Amino acid sequence: MIRRVGWHLLVLALLIPLLYPIVWLAAASFKPSGEILQSLALLPKHAILDNYAYLAGDLAGVPVWRFFVNSILVSAGCAAANIVSCSLAGYAFARLRFRLRKPLFAVMLATIMLPTHAVLIPQYTIFQRLGTVDTFWPLILPKLLATDAFFVFLMVQFMRNIPRELDEAARLDGCGSIRIFPAVILPLIRPAVVTTAIFTFIWTWNDFLSQLIYLSDPEKYTLPLALRLFIDVTDPNAYGPMLALSALALVPILLFFAAFQRLLVEGFATSGLKG
Amino acid sequence: MHTGERPSVAYLFLSPWIAGALLLTLGPMAASLYLSFTDYDLFTAPRWTGLDNYVRILTSDPHFWNAVAATTKFVAISVPVQLAAALGVAMLINRPSRARGAYRSAFYAPSLLGASVSVAVVWRVIFHDWIGQPDRALLALVLLAVWQFGAPMVIFLAGLQQIPREYYDAAAVDGAGPWRTFRSITLPMLSPVIFFNLVLDTIRAFQVFTGAYVLSNGTGGPSDSTLFYTLYLYEKGFVEFKMGYASAMAWLLLVAVAAITALLFRTSRSWVFYGGEA
Repeated sequence: MIRRVGWHLLVLALLIPLLYPIVWLAAASFKPSGEILQSLALLPKHAILDNYAYLAGDLAGVPVWRFFVNSILVSAGCAAANIVSCSLAGYAFARLRFRLRKPLFAVMLATIMLPTHAVLIPQYTIFQRLGTVDTFWPLILPKLLATDAFFVFLMVQFMRNIPRELDEAARLDGCGSIRIFPAVILPLIRPAVVTTAIFTFIWTWNDFLSQLIYLSDPEKYTLPLALRLFIDVTDPNAYGPMLALSALALVPILLFFAAFQRLLVEGFATSGLKG
Repeated sequence: MHTGERPSVAYLFLSPWIAGALLLTLGPMAASLYLSFTDYDLFTAPRWTGLDNYVRILTSDPHFWNAVAATTKFVAISVPVQLAAALGVAMLINRPSRARGAYRSAFYAPSLLGASVSVAVVWRVIFHDWIGQPDRALLALVLLAVWQFGAPMVIFLAGLQQIPREYYDAAAVDGAGPWRTFRSITLPMLSPVIFFNLVLDTIRAFQVFTGAYVLSNGTGGPSDSTLFYTLYLYEKGFVEFKMGYASAMAWLLLVAVAAITALLFRTSRSWVFYGGEA
């Protein structure tokens, strides 16, 4: 009994400093700018709403809500694209027989390890030639073509656990793969689909480098780029609104996490096992 | 398995991935190799300059070597510390309890938040006294990376749960202490998972960008101490538009990461044990 209590206390003692930065952000977003740098204390001496009121206005001549809309469009677009392309590819790798299966699967695994920087510049050149720089296409199109190999792998891992007898039975009934995929497999891999959607949404929402490279018109800025506008200015009065926008930008991730934490944790754990 | 179908159906399912692999991965890799031998600046046609970029990078660019040093230091410190924390906490919370699931999720949360500009902004404010000092600025970024140990932790936890209970019971019967049990059962049984985490984490650490950009305002300062390789590559390619030069840097990174991965695979033969159920 005492050991049990001791265990809980130890775990909580580790969790408090770990989660402190997030709680601190939430609390500090209600502090006046001048107070923020003075102490790392949690509770504001003078709690105010000015920082959030500031965000009702414009930033670089663009209403702040616009950055949220842009981030949602990009993240939701990427999530939808990844669901379609990665589940199709995952189905072929996990359930179908074809001559190049092994070598192509090896290529797919290798691309998980490929540093994005190795393809960054030619990809930029391609999208520039296509006239799509400063649109959302360079962010979404790669997902439509299943370049996020991690999720193809996740789908494969997941589909391997579905009993073969199910497709065999469907085949005996005269179904081909083109029918089996939507009718049998897709409903069974719903957890993998949801996991892919939420991971893609969160990772895209957080992603900074590609949005930094491809988007230049403030009208098209996503939240990470809008936050950068604050970082560039050294005005100490900007600290309050900067933290308020940082806090707001984390809200969707926290909501998804609260709703789907089990799926996300297990989805991520799946990637490391049964390789 | 006999599907009774022409294999072309498989390629139909695979066609988006194949198009992506050719047009957005393999093609661009070949293109970046070509561009690395040119003076491409995005606005005029690339001009062949042979090994010029590579020679300049390796012999007369002090920023490059500073970037290599900062990145190496970052990877060498953050990856082992992060994995040790991940394994330690996984073993700590891997005991039957109703709270285990909640703890697992709580430790995992920073991994989903940590890559964001929001958290980098928090780090910038919390560590504002540090980011002016070269050693501490790098340390702040290491802490940011280690803070996200939850991702490898959940993989360790899943791995721990696959180790048959009987092994531990047998060890207890033999009178093995906790350290002996850890060395003789946990570590070898977990070695494939340790290896998986080590490879993926190392590759990921080499590509860290957001934190270093935000904490240093994109400069990699003070005195290049946080000028990570990716930050310098971004600066060369997308600020100075020296895209041939940046492509050469990208290829050097690719070769370095491939070499380190190959090295890890080679050493793994002596310490990774597969087939516990055999």
